[in-house]
Amino acid sequence: MGSQNVKLLSFLLSPIGHRVEWALKLKGVDYEYIEEDIFNKSNLLLKLNPVHKKVPVLVHNQKPIAESLIILEYIDQTWKQYPLLSQHPYQRALARFWGTVADKIAKTSWVAMCCSGDEQENNVKEAREVMDKIEEEIKGKKFFGGDNIGYLDLAFGWIPYWLPVWEEVGSMQIVDPLRHSAISAWITNFLTHPVIKDSLPPRDKMLVYSHRRKAEFSSTPRG
Amino acid sequence: MAASQEEVTLLGVTGSAFVCRVQIALKLKGVEYKYVEENLGNKSDLLLKYNPVYKKVPVFVHNEKPIPESLVIVEYIDETWKHNPILPSDPYQRALARFWSKFIDDRVVGAAWKAVYTVDEEEREKNVEESFEALQFLENELKDKKFFGGEEFGLVDIAAVYIAFWIPIFQEIGGLELFTSENFPKLYKWSQEFVNHPVVKESLPPRDPVFAFLKRRYESLSASK
Repeated sequence: MGSQNVKLLSFLLSPIGHRVEWALKLKGVDYEYIEEDIFNKSNLLLKLNPVHKKVPVLVHNQKPIAESLIILEYIDQTWKQYPLLSQHPYQRALARFWGTVADKIAKTSWVAMCCSGDEQENNVKEAREVMDKIEEEIKGKKFFGGDNIGYLDLAFGWIPYWLPVWEEVGSMQIVDPLRHSAISAWITNFLTHPVIKDSLPPRDKMLVYSHRRKAEFSSTPRG
Repeated sequence: MAASQEEVTLLGVTGSAFVCRVQIALKLKGVEYKYVEENLGNKSDLLLKYNPVYKKVPVFVHNEKPIPESLVIVEYIDETWKHNPILPSDPYQRALARFWSKFIDDRVVGAAWKAVYTVDEEEREKNVEESFEALQFLENELKDKKFFGGEEFGLVDIAAVYIAFWIPIFQEIGGLELFTSENFPKLYKWSQEFVNHPVVKESLPPRDPVFAFLKRRYESLSASK
């Protein structure tokens, strides 16, 4: 029930799009994947997400849903196997709160990669401070979701695989293996999970893409 | 399981739209709570303990368990006290409600503030345009509904209290004609309906002190130019 007519419009290199793919794969939901060229946005994307014109967009029974964490909640409510969120309101609230942190710090880390000098330093500092807090959250747990990957693991899923690329491109360090040993252990758990490890994009493409975006950022005048 | 009313606390500041969102939700559900006024210039140990990541209000504490972020808090309140629902039960409708609430935070809140509280004229104009565009999306989304939530107000309406009460204050201070009945007839009508709803009316802060505070901030900004 509900597995027919599921489409995902996304971009191969997007960590945010991957959150949704991982969720669908963990739940064993069949879907049609449609790759979007984000440098040349399709009419389909503009029709499905006229407000933000961004991927990912999930379409279920012809109804589009945008915003990755909102999509995760929709997926979790629609397909009940392999629950991503706890049944307890307080645990759900904590997961949602940390989800907002995950989004904010992904953006901060990305911007840190793109800029330089003092601006980079400030962004790196902010990201590192939050990493210290995330370290406390994951201590003693295999995954943020407990024994299994959950909503928050997917929300933080950019850290294990995308962040190292951004750190390389931006010549910076945000996760410190010595200082963030619990995060580092979680990174290994996450990347070796059968569903995750078979669904990561090619690193060389990620490097090329990140360099391109960094160059564009520097050349675009910003108010 | 009945929620213990003696152990509900809200840390906030008077005049904050985000704190107001939580107060509206609590009033709607008839939940009694202890209110703690924070001084953001001198944050309490309690606030720093309960929201170490952002150190901001509102923070909601239920049976000693803290939750920050206004929209996360409102969803928690909705899941804990089930009468007078704030979110719809249908998963797709819930997704839409969350989408538009997030839209308000991402595309309206910052832009509307900067449309007035920015010294650089070009930057300010850019934010006026962005605010206009964002409000247009909401105008289209509202259509002919009484509230975003339908016959009764819901999550999006609560998130949009910023538009209904705070944006008119900013624009009066800044001499801006952005959110008017000419520009946004449906949204404007909604805002009047919303601020006069008994639950909302009782949850809004008194306008004059908020106006005075925000006007002082505006004046000190211009003075620093």
